[in-house]
Amino acid sequence: MKIAPLGDAAVVVTLGNTVDAATVAAGQALVNALEAKPLPGLIECAPANASVTVYYDPVRIPGNGGQPPYERVCRWIEDRAAAAEPGGHAAGRLLTIPVCYGGEWGPDLEAVGAAHGLSVEEVVSLHRGAEYFVSAVGFTPGFPYLGGLPERLHTPRRKTPRTRVPAGTVAIGGTQTGIYPFETPGGWNLIGRTPWRLFDPFARPPALFQVGDRVRFQSVTPAGFQSLQCQSPLPSE
Amino acid sequence: MSRIHVVKPGMFTTVQDLGRPGWQRHGVTPGGAVDAQALRLANVLVGNAEGAAGLEITLVGPTLRFAEASLIAICGAESDVAAEGRRLPAWRPVRLEQGAELVFGAIRTGCRTYLAVAGGIAVPRVLGGRGTHLSAGFGGLEGRTLRTGDVLKSGPGSAWAKRLAGALAGGGTFSAARWEVGTGARPSYAAAPTVRVMRGPQWDWFNAGVQERFLRERFTVMPRSDRMGQRLAPPGPGLTGETLREMVSEGVATGTVQVPPDGQPIVLLADRQTIGGYPKIAVVASVDLPMLAQLRPGDTVGFRAVPVAEAQELWLAAERQFATVKQGIALHTA
Repeated sequence: MKIAPLGDAAVVVTLGNTVDAATVAAGQALVNALEAKPLPGLIECAPANASVTVYYDPVRIPGNGGQPPYERVCRWIEDRAAAAEPGGHAAGRLLTIPVCYGGEWGPDLEAVGAAHGLSVEEVVSLHRGAEYFVSAVGFTPGFPYLGGLPERLHTPRRKTPRTRVPAGTVAIGGTQTGIYPFETPGGWNLIGRTPWRLFDPFARPPALFQVGDRVRFQSVTPAGFQSLQCQSPLPSE
Repeated sequence: MSRIHVVKPGMFTTVQDLGRPGWQRHGVTPGGAVDAQALRLANVLVGNAEGAAGLEITLVGPTLRFAEASLIAICGAESDVAAEGRRLPAWRPVRLEQGAELVFGAIRTGCRTYLAVAGGIAVPRVLGGRGTHLSAGFGGLEGRTLRTGDVLKSGPGSAWAKRLAGALAGGGTFSAARWEVGTGARPSYAAAPTVRVMRGPQWDWFNAGVQERFLRERFTVMPRSDRMGQRLAPPGPGLTGETLREMVSEGVATGTVQVPPDGQPIVLLADRQTIGGYPKIAVVASVDLPMLAQLRPGDTVGFRAVPVAEAQELWLAAERQFATVKQGIALHTA
């Protein structure tokens, strides 16, 4: 574990240098330990991939014999990390996401296959055959970064990003797969689309995916896509 | 309480407060006013809580008609603001009479100015904040910039604001308080500032030559800068070095200076993303963020490294001063 300042109001706690399920679980365990005994002045802890970023208000951190707020925060994180239970984090929920692959929903599906010498069916079968884990939620509200993409589907980002990627688009970027919650620009390879809503600011929690969740994809037909469109599993407040 | 009619929306005007912390794990940026200090001061000048929602006005301001008499304050970048052809002063409370039309001209120096109205702009809290989240389209007024024909409402003003507005009554279209926030108590702006930074988590990824250039050169703000970040152009080649490598995306903070592969640094502002995969060469000291918020395309900025403890001491001192200013304002009546 390495703690580094991220300016005067945050620190990054690095737990590893790869995106794997064990490191993500360690991040979850650290967040739980920090939040179990929060330091006054703590604003929030945000896990992402191999690290946890801790945001704080230096004005509200209790003074401790002239110790700068940064030092105080580091001591607190070290103390709490010692109390974190490595295996103490429960396995995440398993979410099964309906996806309509290819066609207008996934215009890059054929190109992804061609890049790896795979048929469209083989790409779909590999993508929906794997179990993924959410390593981070970010970029835009509710965007899940999913680890566990089969190596044969690792595909570099497009050289020229698209200016508009439709909401719900399932895509591959490098070693990860993810889903665009909003219509935004994007450089990943688009292979399908889910009818489900990924983010609702009025739901609690507002994002469908949480770091640590396990995810599977289920192929649906265009007709199935239409019928599932109005069903958002996001729990309302 | 007042209705405020948007006669002209201005170039880019949004409802903003001090942000919605606590949702970054869900990918939601805290957002809020880019120059939070200016909004805080404007709010205090009209008797609001520091974090009440106001309007963030960018480069070219709006024209607003107030259907009811209102107490307002304008803080931030220097702009020409008038009502019925009379220039209206900034950095002090001003009572507008019923029907007054407030005309913001172009901002002369700086980039963003803030309008606070007693009672705050009354929009619902979404995820704990009233500010506009533009990319996800929520918060503020329907998650978007203001348009002609919009009608905003302000909430009920404080007892202090009502007393002050009463004392200022009877001065024509508007009457300004006879006192103002002195220049020493305002955020310090400069057209070509050198801002203090702390070395970022990936500082060591840049070679000594690039590190030295980062702290010596002056960078020019590029036109594509916005609420998400100030995009900077170095005078020479990009800030890339042979020690650059792929990194695992991790959290970023407001003020983070990240360097994409093209070597043109981006200083992240209020609407930054929550995580990023570019190396972070530095992070701007909180106390200097207002200077950065006010840079406009073509302005230049330099960076000077300070230890974290020094940046925190500066911030604590600034907050002590702000508390004193706030107490002073509360003692005024007209």
